[in-house]
Amino acid sequence: MKVLLSGNEAVARGAYESGVQVAAAYPGTPSTEILETLAQYDAVYSEWAPNEKVALDVAIGAAYAGSRSMAVMKHVGLNVAADAFFYASMTGLEAGLVLVSADDPFMHSSQNEQDNRRYAKFARVPCLEPSDGQEAKELVGVALDISEQFDSPVMLRLTTRISHSDTLVELGERQVEERTEPLEYRIDRVKYVMVPGNARRRHPVIEERVEKLKEFAETFPYNKVEMGDTSLGIVTDGVAYQYAREVFPEASFLKLGMTYPLPPDMIRDFASKVDRLIVIEELDPFIEEEIRLMGIAVEGKSIFPMIGEFDPRVVRESAIGAGLLPPSAAVKFKQPELETPLPLRPPILCPGCPHRGVFLMTKKLKMVVSGDIGCYTLAFLPPLSALHTCGCMGASIGQAHGVSKAGIAQKHAAVIGDSTFFHTGMPALLNVAYNKSDTVTIILDNRTTAMTGHQQNPGTGTTLKGEPTKAVEFEDVARAFGIERVHTVDPYDLKEVEEALRDCLEAKGPAVIVSRRECALLPQARKLWMTLRVNEDRCNGCGLCFEVACPAILKSEQLDAKTGRAKAWIDPLLCTGCEICAQVCARKAILFRDEMVKEGESA
Amino acid sequence: MKTMNFLVTGVGGQGALLASNILADVGVRAGYDVKKSEVHGMAQRGGSVTSTVRWGEKVYSPLIGQGEADYLLALEKLEALRYVGMLRPGGTAVVGDQGIPPLSVSSGDDVYPDDEQVRRVLSQVTDDYHLIPSVRLAEELGNARAHNVVLLGALSTFIDDVPPDVWLQSIEERVPKRFVELNEQAFQVGREARSSVQRTGRI
Repeated sequence: MKVLLSGNEAVARGAYESGVQVAAAYPGTPSTEILETLAQYDAVYSEWAPNEKVALDVAIGAAYAGSRSMAVMKHVGLNVAADAFFYASMTGLEAGLVLVSADDPFMHSSQNEQDNRRYAKFARVPCLEPSDGQEAKELVGVALDISEQFDSPVMLRLTTRISHSDTLVELGERQVEERTEPLEYRIDRVKYVMVPGNARRRHPVIEERVEKLKEFAETFPYNKVEMGDTSLGIVTDGVAYQYAREVFPEASFLKLGMTYPLPPDMIRDFASKVDRLIVIEELDPFIEEEIRLMGIAVEGKSIFPMIGEFDPRVVRESAIGAGLLPPSAAVKFKQPELETPLPLRPPILCPGCPHRGVFLMTKKLKMVVSGDIGCYTLAFLPPLSALHTCGCMGASIGQAHGVSKAGIAQKHAAVIGDSTFFHTGMPALLNVAYNKSDTVTIILDNRTTAMTGHQQNPGTGTTLKGEPTKAVEFEDVARAFGIERVHTVDPYDLKEVEEALRDCLEAKGPAVIVSRRECALLPQARKLWMTLRVNEDRCNGCGLCFEVACPAILKSEQLDAKTGRAKAWIDPLLCTGCEICAQVCARKAILFRDEMVKEGESA
Repeated sequence: MKTMNFLVTGVGGQGALLASNILADVGVRAGYDVKKSEVHGMAQRGGSVTSTVRWGEKVYSPLIGQGEADYLLALEKLEALRYVGMLRPGGTAVVGDQGIPPLSVSSGDDVYPDDEQVRRVLSQVTDDYHLIPSVRLAEELGNARAHNVVLLGALSTFIDDVPPDVWLQSIEERVPKRFVELNEQAFQVGREARSSVQRTGRI
């Protein structure tokens, strides 16, 4: 049966069918749905780990124990997990291990567009790349087979467009006999204890493995030659193949399902049969450089961009620019002329977002804020403009400690979300305590991993499978690290937030503020939604409430008679009743929840 | 089988992704090869959302380039203007006449285009555009959120190869059970609304 599956769903199905027994991941766009889908199969143990390094160690441990396993992460997650990736390459495993890396060309939801094929070569690990959902499903099983045959982890590299495109996929059955007895753990101290003496024995094995994989790649069925017109030969991989096939229906193709290591004879043979050899690949000139190192004349990034994501237009226009296609091949389009520029629609903090209360107060106190990765990063946008750095997961606290040690004129703090704190914020907070800085750390505890779509984390009290578990309390963690000044505030209470901030800023030594209020989009929070209203007689259009940057507060068509300014209006379809705007209003023109209730009762 | 390309646009949370899921499913039921592509994550927090759906005998690329959409299905007017350049000149645009002002408009820094301007911009690319009062029609059925299916109903009238039954089967399978009847009605209302729309795009 063929069904429409996203690339991510197809990878999960592939893991199920090919007998993966343990899977671990940390959520990150565009990879998140893989484990969410896999969690629906009871035959596979799957979990959210606190970060990608832990996830990969878990998968490695399972593979050492003789079970097929999978670790899943977005591209930058492999930076966190790189240490584990390299040692696993050195030791090899007892059962198949596939590492899924979902790269993000164009940075739809990321801080960079690093090309993780470089990691495969760096760690001497084979890299497979699907060009649609069917291949994504099949290549999980193929990766596990290769992993077992060559005693190596295998990278399955996806990109956003593979992960988030739905294509037709043929479903199969799970190809594994479920175990009835536990396996005996096979001890091999020379292979698995990477002390220098053993590591020196292993390194030649790894280099020989690459040579054997090159031979294997020569007949690997997912490296496919499709001969057409021989005036142009195109080497391509992943989703770029689909764009290339569409733009060059007549050309000859070498489609690579394994992009590391490459098959030298196959490439030489293909190159000898075509007049002009080009590579069409997104991001880095990875294949291009490898081919050039073989001494073969090839073009790639001199024609096609190294930055951003491809689509048929990018490929076609680049090809026209290089004379590969005539100018008449261009698709006609009409970009309409606009009378006024279109207002942009960037992502914003949702109505009722609890983060808003914290940022309004750090802004009021004119604080410099070292930021982190999550929904709250959006506080950098005007009119809030209240978050001033964002680099990678967990960076905020270390940065703020550095700022503190360097010394600056302004007050400052770190803000970090609950899941991000568990990810890599904890060692940084330990450093703040250990090395005694005056850093104020604000933990934005909205009881979920919100940005990626509400995943569980160690603070939520539930696992990926929905089972109850111990919920970690941030206050206990901070105190255990030796931090004595610990506040807990409700970010819907602006005064409480301000008082806690002032207390921490005036005192010496490390301080933690836990801002606790669940994400307004969680089901239990939705039950408390209520619409507030503006009293038009009291509102004079001063505009203070617009500074709150809530999508539910709009300019009304009614103007104030004295000032001529538009009065405020609250969109009842968007307002959740968080009362943050009501606290900001100097004229008490926005009704609080209890006022709304009273009004409703008297009506 | 000729390839048909759809671009669905809207604002995060409006139901554009459900509309494109149904559209993709209809293509599969009608016997096409289908690809659908969209972006998740940060963009969904109230930002612009787009999804590409392609039907054909064999579809390679999940994305289309500028000028390659045969149909634009826009759930919101500003997003229709933002993406109408993706439409093949003379292609079909089905636009919900809902306006959701972005923050820069509510703060007074930008102006939301008025309906005349919306028409002027759309008509630069195609005369075959249709503004449908999708939210009002859905509200009349008792739930404004069904506006996306009203628009699918309108869109379906342009695709002669696929009978309405196939659309209805897909809707039945893709929306929560308790909303099936509402959405079936919304689909019909959309079909009827389109037939009353003039070529000038006025009702």
